Amino acid sequence: MSTTEYERVPETASLADDPGLPERLRVLWENRPGLYGWIASVDHKSIGIRYLVTSFVFLLLGGLEALLMRIQLGQPGEHVLTPEQYNQLFSMHGITMIFLYALPVLSGFSNFLFPLVLGARDMAFPRLNAFSYWTYIAAGLFMYSSFLLGAAPDDGWFNYAPNSLKAFSPGPNMDFYALGMIFLGISTMVGAANFVVTVLRMRAPGMSINRLPILVWGTTAASAGILLSVPAVSLAFFMLWLDRNFGTHFFNASADGLPLLWQHLFWIFAHPWVYIIVLPAMGLVSDALPILCRRPLVGYTLVVLATVLTMVLGFGVWVHHMFATGLPLVASSFFSGASFIIAIPSAVATFAWIATIWTGRPVLTTAFLYFAGFIVMFVVGGVSGVVTAAVPADLQLTDTYFVVAHIHYVLIGINLFGVLGALYFWFPKFTGRMLGERLGRWNFWITFIGFNVAFLPMHLTGLMGMPRRVYTYPEDLGLGAVNLISSVGSFLLAIGLLLFLVNVALSLRKGARAPDNPWDAPTLEWATTSPPPPYNFALIPLIASRHPLWEDRLQEGSGRSVLDRGFTLDHGKEALATTVLDAEPDVILKMPADTVTPFVLTVMLSAAFTALLVQSWWMLALAGMLILACIVAWLWPKRHLLQIAAAGHG
Amino acid sequence: MAEAESLHVGPLPVGSPQAKSSGWFGMMTLIVTEASLFLYLLFSYFYFAIWDTHGFLPARRPTFELSAPDTVVLLLSSVLVWWGERGARAGRRRQLAFGLAGGLVLGGIFVGVQLVEWAEKPLHFDTSPYSALYFTITGLHLAHVVIGMMVLLALLVWSLLGMFDARRYAPVSIGAIYWHFVDAVWLAVFFTLYITPYLA
Repeated sequence: MSTTEYERVPETASLADDPGLPERLRVLWENRPGLYGWIASVDHKSIGIRYLVTSFVFLLLGGLEALLMRIQLGQPGEHVLTPEQYNQLFSMHGITMIFLYALPVLSGFSNFLFPLVLGARDMAFPRLNAFSYWTYIAAGLFMYSSFLLGAAPDDGWFNYAPNSLKAFSPGPNMDFYALGMIFLGISTMVGAANFVVTVLRMRAPGMSINRLPILVWGTTAASAGILLSVPAVSLAFFMLWLDRNFGTHFFNASADGLPLLWQHLFWIFAHPWVYIIVLPAMGLVSDALPILCRRPLVGYTLVVLATVLTMVLGFGVWVHHMFATGLPLVASSFFSGASFIIAIPSAVATFAWIATIWTGRPVLTTAFLYFAGFIVMFVVGGVSGVVTAAVPADLQLTDTYFVVAHIHYVLIGINLFGVLGALYFWFPKFTGRMLGERLGRWNFWITFIGFNVAFLPMHLTGLMGMPRRVYTYPEDLGLGAVNLISSVGSFLLAIGLLLFLVNVALSLRKGARAPDNPWDAPTLEWATTSPPPPYNFALIPLIASRHPLWEDRLQEGSGRSVLDRGFTLDHGKEALATTVLDAEPDVILKMPADTVTPFVLTVMLSAAFTALLVQSWWMLALAGMLILACIVAWLWPKRHLLQIAAAGHG
Repeated sequence: MAEAESLHVGPLPVGSPQAKSSGWFGMMTLIVTEASLFLYLLFSYFYFAIWDTHGFLPARRPTFELSAPDTVVLLLSSVLVWWGERGARAGRRRQLAFGLAGGLVLGGIFVGVQLVEWAEKPLHFDTSPYSALYFTITGLHLAHVVIGMMVLLALLVWSLLGMFDARRYAPVSIGAIYWHFVDAVWLAVFFTLYITPYLA
C-alpha cells in the first residue's frame, strides 16, 4: 500500500477513537483574529453571512428609494422629487433590488449552506469565494458612488438605447452603470463557477446526484444559467460604453446602428436572470417547507426536473419583453408560445408544495407562514405573467403598472418572502440562536398585508392605463386613490421589514439558544452544531439516502448513512473530492489558507474601473500591472497545496 | 459493521492531480462562460449582417493573404503546447519547456501579423458598425491570445524552475487547455469574419 506525499489511504476513525480531532481541526481551520483575519478569511460561513448582511443593506437602500417614489406618487401633481431625481431613483431601485439584493442574498444562503448540506469542509474555491464577495461589494459601491456626483443611472434598469447614448444622456450616469455592471459580472460569474464546481466535486461520499437537496439543484441550475447568460449583458454594456465614449455606433440608429440589438442582448441575459434570482429561493422553500410539514417533499424528481427545465426554457423566452417593438409576428408567436410553456414546470413545483402541505402535518411557524405566502404570491405573479405572455394583452399592458405589479409579485413573492422564511428557518444554524416567533408573526402579517395593499391595486392602476416610470400624473385621470393605497401599503411593508430587523437584533442578543437540529430536519447541515465549527464536520459523512437524519423513520433504501465514523483528513487543511455522478472518494484536496490576495485584487480592480470611468490611462496601466502581479502571486503554484512537484524530486 | 466497510478505499491522490484538480474544473467553467461571450459577439455580427439594410459589409472584403497563414501559425502553436504537455506527463522537462516556448513564439507571431493586418485596413474603429464589430471581435480575441501568452510565459518560468514532474503538472494541463480554447475560438471568428462574406 503506497503512502507517499502524492497519495495515501485516508484514515477512518470515530470521535471515540480520536477525541482530540475536533481541536486539531479547529486550529487548522479557524479564522485568525483581528482585522487582518477578517479581511483574509476564506471561510464559506463568514462569506455567506457577509453576503446576507450586505445584500440586506442594499435591500434597505432600494427600499428607501422606493418609499421616496411612493411619496411622490401618493398624490397627483406632487413635487417632492424632480423628474430627473425620480428617473435616478427608479433606475437605482431596480438595479439595487435586481442585481445588488436579489442574487447576492441567495448567494449568501448558498455559500453558507452548500458545504454543510453537501457534507464538505468548504467550497471548491475558498479564495475565489472571498474574491466574489469583495468584488460584489466593490461593484455595488462603484455604482452607488454615482449618487455623490448626482449622476446615478437614470434610464431604468434595462437601460434602452438610444436613450442611454451620449446624445440623450451626456453625463457620466450611464458610464457608472455600464462599467459597474461589467465589474459586478466578474463577481457573479466567479461565484457561479464556484457553486458549479462545488456541486460537481465536493459532495460527501455516497451523495449521488439523486440525493441532493433541492436548494443545491436550484442554485446549480441558476449558476449554469449565469455562466451562459451574464456574458451577454457584459458585452452589451461594453458596446454601450464604446458607443458613448469611442465613437462607435452599435446602437445608434441615426448612424446605421441597431438599437434593438441592445434589447436582444439585454433580455437574452435578463430573462434568464429572472429565473436565476428565483430558482435558488424556490430550492430553499422546497427543502424547508417539507420539514415544517413533517414529511419528505412530494415529487422530488419532478421538482428537480422542473427546476432544470425552467432554467433551460428561461433562455428561450426573452423576446416576450419586446413584443411592442414591431418584431415579425412569427417571432412574437414563437416566444409567446415558449412563455406559456414555461408556466408548466413552475406549476409542477407549485403543486408539489401544495401536495406536501396537504398530505403533511404543517407546523405553523413564522417560516411556514412565509412559505405559504410565497406560494400564494407566486401563483398571483405567475398568472399575471401568463397574461402578459399573450401578445395582444401584452401590447396593451406593456410599460404600464400592470407589469410593475407582475414583477413585484414575482420578485417579492418568490424571492423576498422565500428569503425571509428561509432566514427564520436557518437563523439558528447561522447564529446559534432562534429567531423570535412572537415578533415573527407580527413581522409576517404586516409584510404580507403591506405588500398586497401596495401591489394588488397596481394591476388595476395599470389596466386603467397609468404608464410606469412617469414621475407624476394629472388629477383628472382618477388615479389618485389607487396610488394612495399603494403608497400606504408600501410603508406598511417597510414597517414589516423594520420589525424583522428588530427581531434579528433582539434575537441575536436574547434569543433562545438553538440546539443542533431545532426543526428535527433530515439534511446534513443539521447534523453539526449551531453555529457549525470552522471545519463543519470533524468526520466526513458517508451518505446512503436523501434524508440522512430521517432514515430510521422513513425506512428508505437499504443502507444507512454513517455520521459517527468517517475520514479524518487532518494532515493539514484538507477536504475530500468525490466523483461527479456517484460521489465516490476521488482526491484528497489541500485547501488554501486565509489570504488577503482576493481583497487586494478587488481594490486594484476598483482602481482599474475608476480609471476607465474617468479615462485616466496611466492610472489604468498602473492598476493593470498591479492586477497582473496579484494574479501571478495568487496562482503561483504552491508546494503546500501539492500543486507542484517536491523540490529536487524526479 | 457493514456500513463502515464501505468507507475503506484504496490510496487517493493528494493535492492537485491534473484533470482531477479543482483548477481543471474551474478552467472548464471559465471556458464555458468565455465561449458564451464569443457566441454573443458573433450573434451581434450576424444580427447586423441580417438587419443592416444599408449594406453591412465593406466594399473590400477581408482577404486571406495574412489571415490564412496566421490561422495556421496559431494552430501550430496549439500542437506545440500539446506536445510540451505530453513531455510533462512523461517527466521530460526539456520537451515541456520547448513546447511552451514554441507556443509562446508562435502566439507572438500571430499577434504581430494580426496587428499588421489591422494597420493595413482602410477602416477605422468608428467608421461603420462593421468596422466597430470587426475590431471589437478581433480585439477581444487578441486580448485573449495575449492573456494566453502570459499564461504560457508563467508556465515556462515555472517549468524552468523545476516545479513540475510527471506526477504533478496541473498548472500545465490547465494553461494548455485554455490555449487550445483560445485557438478554437479563433476558428469560429475566422469562419465568421473571413469566410462567411464569400458565402452570401
